[in-house]
Amino acid sequence: MTNACLTFRDLTLGYGSHPAIHHLDGTIRKGSLTAVVGANGSGKSTLMKGIVGVLKPMAGSVIRAPGVRAAYLPQQSELDRSFPARVVDLVSLGLWPKRGMLGRYTKEDRDSVSQALMAVGLGGFEKRPIDTLSGGQLQRTLFARVLLQDADLILLDEPFNAVDAKTVGDLIALIKRWHGEERTIMVVVHDLDLVRQNFPETLLLARQPVAWGETKETLRPENLLRARRFHEAWEENAPWCEPEGHDYGHVHGHDHVHDHHHGSGPRAA
Amino acid sequence: MDALYTLFIAPFADFGFMQRALIGSLMLSLGACPVGVFLMLRRMSLSGDAMAHAILPGAAAGFLFYGLEILPMTIGGLIAGIIVALGAGAVSRFTIQREDASMAAFYLISLAIGVLMVSIRGSSVDLMHVLFGTVLALNNEALALIGGIVAVTLVCLVIFWRALVAECLDPLFLRSVSRLGSPVHFIFLGLVVLNLVGGFQALGTLLSVGLMMLPAAAARFWTVRVEPMCVLAVLIGFASCIAGLLLSYHASLPSGPAIILSAGVVYFASILFGTRGVLRARIVHHRHRTA
Repeated sequence: MTNACLTFRDLTLGYGSHPAIHHLDGTIRKGSLTAVVGANGSGKSTLMKGIVGVLKPMAGSVIRAPGVRAAYLPQQSELDRSFPARVVDLVSLGLWPKRGMLGRYTKEDRDSVSQALMAVGLGGFEKRPIDTLSGGQLQRTLFARVLLQDADLILLDEPFNAVDAKTVGDLIALIKRWHGEERTIMVVVHDLDLVRQNFPETLLLARQPVAWGETKETLRPENLLRARRFHEAWEENAPWCEPEGHDYGHVHGHDHVHDHHHGSGPRAA
Repeated sequence: MDALYTLFIAPFADFGFMQRALIGSLMLSLGACPVGVFLMLRRMSLSGDAMAHAILPGAAAGFLFYGLEILPMTIGGLIAGIIVALGAGAVSRFTIQREDASMAAFYLISLAIGVLMVSIRGSSVDLMHVLFGTVLALNNEALALIGGIVAVTLVCLVIFWRALVAECLDPLFLRSVSRLGSPVHFIFLGLVVLNLVGGFQALGTLLSVGLMMLPAAAARFWTVRVEPMCVLAVLIGFASCIAGLLLSYHASLPSGPAIILSAGVVYFASILFGTRGVLRARIVHHRHRTA
């Protein structure tokens, strides 16, 4: 447990009184690269929001190892593209953890912004207004910002949406570079082939973890089938989940997949 | 040369009330125009208008108890404005209702209370006074107040600049790296109220928002960056104040509307001739580069 970057303790996250992540236990190892997969509404984005702290847990907790700084690339950015800013202004926001609200940007900072843009293949785009970027270019710009944040924990929520094949390749290369730098990375992905090829560990979610561990094991057909049977809709009158209701024998109103893997983190060697 | 002097310099050189009006309105522009730029960029242009209505009951309360005194009216307006800003902001932050709806609800209630209060004691002439202000009657007390408001505004803008830009550009990102998002939003709403209150003695509650929004809206047509946009808005504000006061002096027009209409002229000119305006967009379309 000493090398845990994130520890989930009986974590329940949701909206209203309905859980989107239900009683999640486990750990994310430091330096691990985990894909988070699951059907629509299975709680992937919710888990990301919970880890960043944008969404407060309904029960349980997410414990970050001390000193771990997170960078988060949301699925639905609240970015205002009509705002009069240049690429360099947007990427420079990534300096916030380093410089805060008042710190001056140094020559070195400006160089690191250029390098980050170079790393995502957008060298020379500094002065471009953000409203002239294509969807893929904007996504790469946001990756550059994540790069600049220099975080220990990197959370990417469906970063490959609307991105062409070449760019996906570039971004995967960047993720692998981060992985090589011993950063902890969690990525929400839909493309299972991409997961099999590039991610050592996978968390398969269906409101609860269906399987969690080494990618090859997790993405076995029977697990995927169980995840697919997951019932997306809330039931307005689902019974309340009582504290003692977390027992295995208890019958919940919504379909529980009783494969909790309690206390199990990724069990990859 | 003499004609120019009579036209542009003499009104200010010869009359103390014109000098004070000039100083007051220039100071107002210095604070209100950058605030207006951020209001516009946050798509809250009409919220400024709503806030201007919202401060009415406070000002009216001050007026009822102390007559046409600047300090009670200002403090009253400030309190009413802050209650409405905080209330509407809190409702939008903590419930599903968006800020436009909560702001509308709060200001309408506030405005109704204000009109009620004025009509209980005052005549409609008094109401006109509160609503439309008198830049030509600024006393030293009022000037000092405006000066203080401008100083507070500029200091806050400088300190919170980066957070304010981040909160406009990508609020979710700001929330993920810092807890400043909500405080900055409320500080900003506070600045809006402060500048509207500063403006209402000079221009009235209804027109003070004009000096805030029109230069900002005009500046949007000229530049694609925030910093130049703020500077340009301030310059447009300056020009409008000078032009409006001269117009008011020479043509015996009410000064508040003259200032706002001058800004309106700049706005329409910007729509047409701005680097991002209508004409430019039409002309440039005929030619394009290879990459």
